[in-house]
Amino acid sequence: MTNDTVSWRGSFYLTAAFLLIWQITYMVIGDLALRSPAQTFTFAFELLKKPSFWPHLIETGKAFAAALVVAVLLGLAIGISLGLKKLAGDVFEPMLVALYSIPKVTLYPILLLTFGLGISAKIAFGALHGFIPVSLFTINAVRNVRPIFLKTGRVLKLGRMAMVRRIVIPAALPEIFSGLRIGFSLTMIGTVLGEMFASQKGLGYLLMNAIGLHNVDIIMAITLMLIIFAAGMSSILLMIDRRLHRRV
Amino acid sequence: MTFTGLLRLLVIGGLIGLIEILCRVGVIDNFTMPPPSRIALDLWRIVVTGKFNAAIVKTLSNAATAFVFAVTVGIAAGVMIHAAKPLRHALDPFFATYYAIPVLAFYPLLIILFGLGDAPKIIIAFMLGVVAVIVNTLNGLDRVPRVLLKTARMARLSRFATAIKITLPSATPYVLTGIKFAVAYALIGIIGSEFVMSTNGVGFEIAFAYNNFDNATMYPLILLVMIVSISINMVLVWWEKRLLSRRGLR
Repeated sequence: MTNDTVSWRGSFYLTAAFLLIWQITYMVIGDLALRSPAQTFTFAFELLKKPSFWPHLIETGKAFAAALVVAVLLGLAIGISLGLKKLAGDVFEPMLVALYSIPKVTLYPILLLTFGLGISAKIAFGALHGFIPVSLFTINAVRNVRPIFLKTGRVLKLGRMAMVRRIVIPAALPEIFSGLRIGFSLTMIGTVLGEMFASQKGLGYLLMNAIGLHNVDIIMAITLMLIIFAAGMSSILLMIDRRLHRRV
Repeated sequence: MTFTGLLRLLVIGGLIGLIEILCRVGVIDNFTMPPPSRIALDLWRIVVTGKFNAAIVKTLSNAATAFVFAVTVGIAAGVMIHAAKPLRHALDPFFATYYAIPVLAFYPLLIILFGLGDAPKIIIAFMLGVVAVIVNTLNGLDRVPRVLLKTARMARLSRFATAIKITLPSATPYVLTGIKFAVAYALIGIIGSEFVMSTNGVGFEIAFAYNNFDNATMYPLILLVMIVSISINMVLVWWEKRLLSRRGLR
């Protein structure tokens, strides 16, 4: 528990330092290109009160949620099946690693041509980012399940599904969860990135639109919202993650 | 060539063959995707005529700049943070959540600050890569065997000599992992920001071709980016494995 309090204090100092640096940068650069923290927060609240803003937020939220579901289910399915079969895992794992290292934005036009303009291309792009870490972590997690558990399952004559549900997933859960945490972040990055190109709706679209209008208020407010959401969710997931790892 | 390697090649070949057949038969219409053999031929033509050489050079030189900055700043920061324990404790939550933040969301802000040029792209690629280098440098420094440091003290090595002869060599494989990420992130950052909004570079050319329904340019360039990043990654993975196995770590 002491570890948690230390990291809380660390986060507090970090946030304070971040706000301080932001304020100083603002005072140096001035109004033309930046807004102060206070201005950005008030503008973000005003934005949240505007009815015209909500459709964009909901669009991004919907695309993100759908992409996350696809990424997690696909990642778990690939990860568990490749983790249980050694040969298939050895063949496909390096391919997933290679896919992870390429700039996936370049694949976005292909998705746009396949799915058409609209929310399905964004969902596919978000899921494309997210499913790779989920599968890679799950492969390793399943491989590291202690053989004695699997042997026990075989002795009890468990079927394939029962084996996965009762033994593999519970035993591999902490590591799988680490994959889910990274998958969550990457899916969000993918969804917003997809909206920044060839989109008519969503937070990414608003960001790109604001560059054209040189609207610094909107840019800073939306960037702030995205960062608060991403950092907040990631910290919560990290906390659960550490608790799961400690339990084992 | 190992058995699994051969199998992998067969799977990749089979996939490409399947797409080729689907394109030829018309399940995938040519407006969506030309057959892979066509794409390869178009790529060959682009490379021979040198039509996009300027864009390729631009992208690679920007990525190289971002990479060099990320690695030098990352290693220096890693060494400094390792020396200052309280700072490290304060920064831990930052490192743990850093990669959850969509760095590219800063791109519009950077364009407003620096104008639409190379600087915002290089900064994005730098921001993506530098933290991976820092984290892996810290990891490498943590894992320098205590016994080696004690030996250095017994041999009365100076701090500098210890750093050069002991710390650096034993941390190298881990630092290399960070460098590997920095390469991938440099390319992802540069091409990503070129793609979203820019006036030059391979990412821009792909976006431009998409907007003009110019599949004969778009698909070969996408293939080029994939080939370049996958081969760089393969070389680095191979090098890393060799370093680790020489040390008996893997």
